[in-house]
Amino acid sequence: MAVYEQQELRKPPISQVGIVRWLRVNLFSSRVNIGLTLAALYMLYIIIPPLLNWTIFDANFNFGEFSIFGFEFGEVMATNTNCGRSAACWPFIYEKFDMFIYGFYPRDLVWRVDSVFAMTAMLFVIVRLVRNRKGSAKILLTTFVVFPIVSFYLIAGGVFGLEEVKTHQWGGLTLTLVIASVGILVSFPIGILLALGRQSNLRVISFFSTIYIEFIRAVPLITILFMASFVLPLFFTGGVDFDKLLRALIAITLFQAAYFAEVVRGGLQAIPTGQYEAADAIGLNYVQKNALIVLPQALKISIPNLVGSSISLFKDTTLVLIIGLMDMLAMVNMTANDINWLGRETEGFVFVTMTMWIFLYSMSRYSKKLEVRFSTDHKN
Amino acid sequence: MKQDNSILSFLNNNETRAIAFQVITLLIIAFVFYSGISNLIFNIEAREIHTGFSFLSNRAGFDINESMIAYTPEHSNLRVFYVGLINTLVVAVVGIIFATIIGFIIGIARLSNNWLISKLAAGYIELFRNIPILIQILIWYNMALLTLPSPRGSFNFFDSIFINKRGIYVPEPVIETGFVWVLIAVVLGIALTFLMKRHFKQKHSKTGVYTHTIGYSIGLIFGLPLVVFFLLGSPLHFDYPALTGFNFKGGRTFSPEFLALAVALSVYTATYIAEAIRSGIEAVDKGQKEAAAALGLTQTQSLKLVVLPQALRVAIPPTINQYLNLTKNSSLATAIGYPELMSAFGGTVLNQVGQAVEILGMTMAVYLVISLFISLLLNIVNKKMSIKGQ
Repeated sequence: MAVYEQQELRKPPISQVGIVRWLRVNLFSSRVNIGLTLAALYMLYIIIPPLLNWTIFDANFNFGEFSIFGFEFGEVMATNTNCGRSAACWPFIYEKFDMFIYGFYPRDLVWRVDSVFAMTAMLFVIVRLVRNRKGSAKILLTTFVVFPIVSFYLIAGGVFGLEEVKTHQWGGLTLTLVIASVGILVSFPIGILLALGRQSNLRVISFFSTIYIEFIRAVPLITILFMASFVLPLFFTGGVDFDKLLRALIAITLFQAAYFAEVVRGGLQAIPTGQYEAADAIGLNYVQKNALIVLPQALKISIPNLVGSSISLFKDTTLVLIIGLMDMLAMVNMTANDINWLGRETEGFVFVTMTMWIFLYSMSRYSKKLEVRFSTDHKN
Repeated sequence: MKQDNSILSFLNNNETRAIAFQVITLLIIAFVFYSGISNLIFNIEAREIHTGFSFLSNRAGFDINESMIAYTPEHSNLRVFYVGLINTLVVAVVGIIFATIIGFIIGIARLSNNWLISKLAAGYIELFRNIPILIQILIWYNMALLTLPSPRGSFNFFDSIFINKRGIYVPEPVIETGFVWVLIAVVLGIALTFLMKRHFKQKHSKTGVYTHTIGYSIGLIFGLPLVVFFLLGSPLHFDYPALTGFNFKGGRTFSPEFLALAVALSVYTATYIAEAIRSGIEAVDKGQKEAAAALGLTQTQSLKLVVLPQALRVAIPPTINQYLNLTKNSSLATAIGYPELMSAFGGTVLNQVGQAVEILGMTMAVYLVISLFISLLLNIVNKKMSIKGQ
């Protein structure tokens, strides 16, 4: 009688497990793939080391003397001449940091801008906290109405004994954020109205809404900004000295409203006709039908695209530089024209690019997340 | 029947209300227009700004360093408009070509089964899509000015293309008499290719015999014009750029502004095209590929006849939309001074003449026409691509 002994389990070949297998499958699966991998590695080898050298290893980080718990760190802050030209000079950004963030905003009043930033951070926390609570809609709506007003008066001043700060002093990242948030908040309701107008059965209203939306979407923002800064003041009696920032805001709002309108229209078209008919059947009038039945559903499905559209608006805020507003991008040339720091545009560009990139990248991640959360279709 | 409710029911009638709303809207719009325009006329008169389009025939008086058509400061403002329009179209076409090529490569690379290639493509998309296009234009421009060598130390490609701080110098084709026939041959070649393809397609559907047409197509489109070209004794030669003194003479120059704008627009728009291509390919159901394999189609046939036609149906409309965006974004050349429409006409001429309404109106009209043209194209493509049901 044969005796069967259990053999010791043999391990799979080394090429079929762990990192080796991963490499074989993902990087070296065929001759073409080996070639591609090597080419990609070579490309990275060309690009990455010089980039790291410039930004970190060869760069100058002498931010001056500072002490932590009595220990002295650092040496005398680098100046433009001893900073070197072959790599980044970060002390320049360190010294001009306030310019990039606040522009020409009076330095002793900067706490007001800071508190707006802090409030914005708190806003995110509040939204998170109350999101699934009862009555959250009311709380959120109040916050979203109160917050912009408070922020505006904090930055602009002129009430409650706050010193007034003229808009030509606003600048840097603050201005970028002001333009973006005013643009989004004001154009959103206009966009909804335009979308409803375009879908309306009333011929005249839908005709004008369509003309407006299609015209705005056909021309570049820069032409509208130019129109607003050269022609708009002429449309008003005696409006010769029209605030420059206000002109830009009007242009951006009118521009963005057309894009929001198209996004909302997409949402409106996705609502089944049955919903409209049901609302009609229970005797709701036009306003009730839209406010209670149609818009809540339509806006919910358009949220990812609304965020997407807001991202483009955020990118477009950089254009105000062309009509002479001092946004963050304009600060690059402004700071590099300082006699003490001549020719440091590159550092400025890198800093501004990184800041904008972080904002835009996190917004786009957020929009992707929303898309997943709101999508109801089944992926194959 | 009671009649005393008639006024109330008249007021509550939906049709009456609809008409009333529309009339009110019309009145409001008319009022806004009327007051706005009368203020405009008043303000323009008060400031003694000229009106009308007579400024177009006035002498422009400023130089443009980059023009496809002959231009001197003696030319009229209308000429500046044409120069700007042509420059806009040139940068848009160059940008569209490169954006499509880069976008296609990145889009395919994104779906590669090679982990590194796919991640690099994703990195490219996330990096360049999330930097505003204006910053990209300015960065490329500054980089070009900082890193490119002086004319003496130009990068030299085959002694015919030179790149330096002042731009890129390429040989300029000089057309001689008789070249028209070569162009006619090209058109003829393309027409014949269509006829030939139709013939073989009919043969394929009748007899089932498939003929490879690629050889014939190349022969007709490239061979025929070449034969004509040499028969006529090469009626075309190139004017090569050459270093004389401190600068290059001859050839055609593309300024650093042009380079920066074209590169930034292509690199930025390519990220959107790549996403369109990727979503197009991903939208093709797996079953389609399996069905193609089950029918016995080869890998290439399956790609060419089954996957790509369906993928392109999804990918082409957003791609065409991106072409429109690219053209609109080319107006940002104002920031670096490449003399396209917005910068040469809407910027410099506006500063000199001051007639903002007319000048910006003309500029907007051009973009409007371009956009209408692209929408038309999109409609045709959509109609052609739409799934034909039974």
